[in-house]
Amino acid sequence: MIELENVGYQIDKHWLVRNINVTVENGALWGLIGPNGAGKSTLLRLISGELLPTTGEIRLFGKPIHSYPPKELACIRAYLQQKREVNFPFTSLEIALFGRHPYLNGTKETTTDLLIAKEALRHVEADMFTERLYPTLSGGEASRVDVARILTQAPDLFLLDEPTNHLDPRHQVQILNLFKTICDQGKTVITAIHDLNLASMYADQLLLLKDGVSVACGPPRAVLTMELLSEVYDIPFDVLTHPDGYLWVMPSLNGS
Amino acid sequence: MQKRTKILLILIGVLPVSMCVAAGVGAYQILPWRIPEILFFREDGFAVLVHVRFPRVILSAVVGAMLAISGATLQGIFRNPLADPGLIGVTAGAGLGATVWIVLIGGGALGMWGLPFAAFACGMLVTISVWKIAEGDGKVSTLTLLLAGIALNSFAGAGIGLMTFLADDEQLRSLTFWLLGGFGGATWPVVFVTLPIAVIGLLVLSRQAAALNAMSLGESEAYHLGVSTETLKRWSIFGVALTVGAAVSAAGGIGFVGLVVPHLLRLLGGADHRYVLPGSAVGGAILLVSADLFSRTIVVPAELPVGIVTALIGGPFFLWLLLRFKREVFL
Repeated sequence: MIELENVGYQIDKHWLVRNINVTVENGALWGLIGPNGAGKSTLLRLISGELLPTTGEIRLFGKPIHSYPPKELACIRAYLQQKREVNFPFTSLEIALFGRHPYLNGTKETTTDLLIAKEALRHVEADMFTERLYPTLSGGEASRVDVARILTQAPDLFLLDEPTNHLDPRHQVQILNLFKTICDQGKTVITAIHDLNLASMYADQLLLLKDGVSVACGPPRAVLTMELLSEVYDIPFDVLTHPDGYLWVMPSLNGS
Repeated sequence: MQKRTKILLILIGVLPVSMCVAAGVGAYQILPWRIPEILFFREDGFAVLVHVRFPRVILSAVVGAMLAISGATLQGIFRNPLADPGLIGVTAGAGLGATVWIVLIGGGALGMWGLPFAAFACGMLVTISVWKIAEGDGKVSTLTLLLAGIALNSFAGAGIGLMTFLADDEQLRSLTFWLLGGFGGATWPVVFVTLPIAVIGLLVLSRQAAALNAMSLGESEAYHLGVSTETLKRWSIFGVALTVGAAVSAAGGIGFVGLVVPHLLRLLGGADHRYVLPGSAVGGAILLVSADLFSRTIVVPAELPVGIVTALIGGPFFLWLLLRFKREVFL
């Protein structure tokens, strides 16, 4: 369980996020939505322990996040960054193996570690380029290898910053299906996501942010309403129900 | 056996061979395989070997190892394969210390130890300043570290320029020679002072290898993978300052070793720092032993400063690497 209590983060007298009170149950898939600069990434980085909140407290599985030493923390939560740049000729397999770093104590990876990494690469359909150099991969291929890396890390909490960026629809759906399965096994996923339709299809709970403040919080049906979306994104929206039951959200041409 | 293990074993095998060859070749020729015999029976050439060649060969190997592993470490910290061990100001600082010593204080005081100590102290001072400038809120920003390094480098460069301007002809000559680097002054005492620093430095730096791997994804990624990035930076900069400071103090400014050797290792066996760091140390030793051999035999009876040789070999070699492996090298 992840508890955020009155969490705020301030930089240069400017609040990036403020007054966030959320409790995320184990096994849930949470989506963070909101316009650019709403504080989604900042909130994820706060939950990851990378940033120190200015106010409030974040508790991870019952303990304040900063009471975990970095290595221990890395065994229970993983973070998928939006963009990364690697300037050294590492292979995809080596990048995926980096996920085992918190489990190694100055020792070499074992064959078990290697198997875990290869399995993770297979999960994201990246096994055909295990030996290719990571910097030569396309944006989408590199993203999949990064997902493999955090799968290799085997944490209880996955923090994802725009995991579907750069991916074609097939791989978008595949990655989200993968994390849905992971949630069904009791792991928790919190993801920032721009695509509201994917959010409505996959998230159990949504947190809608604007200017660092929580505007709405709850299941997709409660958050993805015409009124809330129009207010937050400042353009009109149409919200329909897909024949399969989930909501279909589109910016609307009427009245724009 | 893994390819990387093979490369490391080959390098470890080549190092003693190159050292023996270097110990044998010179104005007084000694066949490398006769070295044990000469040492054991104290035959002709014993004095040359023990008092001249050995300290020189050992010092060049140690300096080469320190420069190359430092280059590899800084490249990892700055996540940039073009980083040079001089980036954090230690080389320019040591150069400033040495030139100030040569021009303003002069040879007599403290005997042969004055210059290397002035160089080492000044190199440390500049690096500590760079570190302090980049420190804020208990964290050190890599970017500020880089920029502060560049700023203080140019500041120290100005100081060296000023000393060059103030120097008389004789001082100018020793100053130029010192700045170009060389092992002409290699004696056992220098080896005995440099060696323990090298051992400490190499141990400190090689322990950072796994964390440097995570660091190549970026600083926050490294944190998310459980690396204490501040500790990593602190130990790495400490190790680099120590080893490069000792290397420059013992042998002057020798360029290109810290840049070319890690690159070569990456081309041969990939980027894993657990292989690149030890490999660079051994490879740097081989390179500098060979470069020194070349520098003292090419224009006999004179000696070319070894810094010229490394640049002369290093520059074109580096270009060749770039062109040959264009697609695999990432700049």
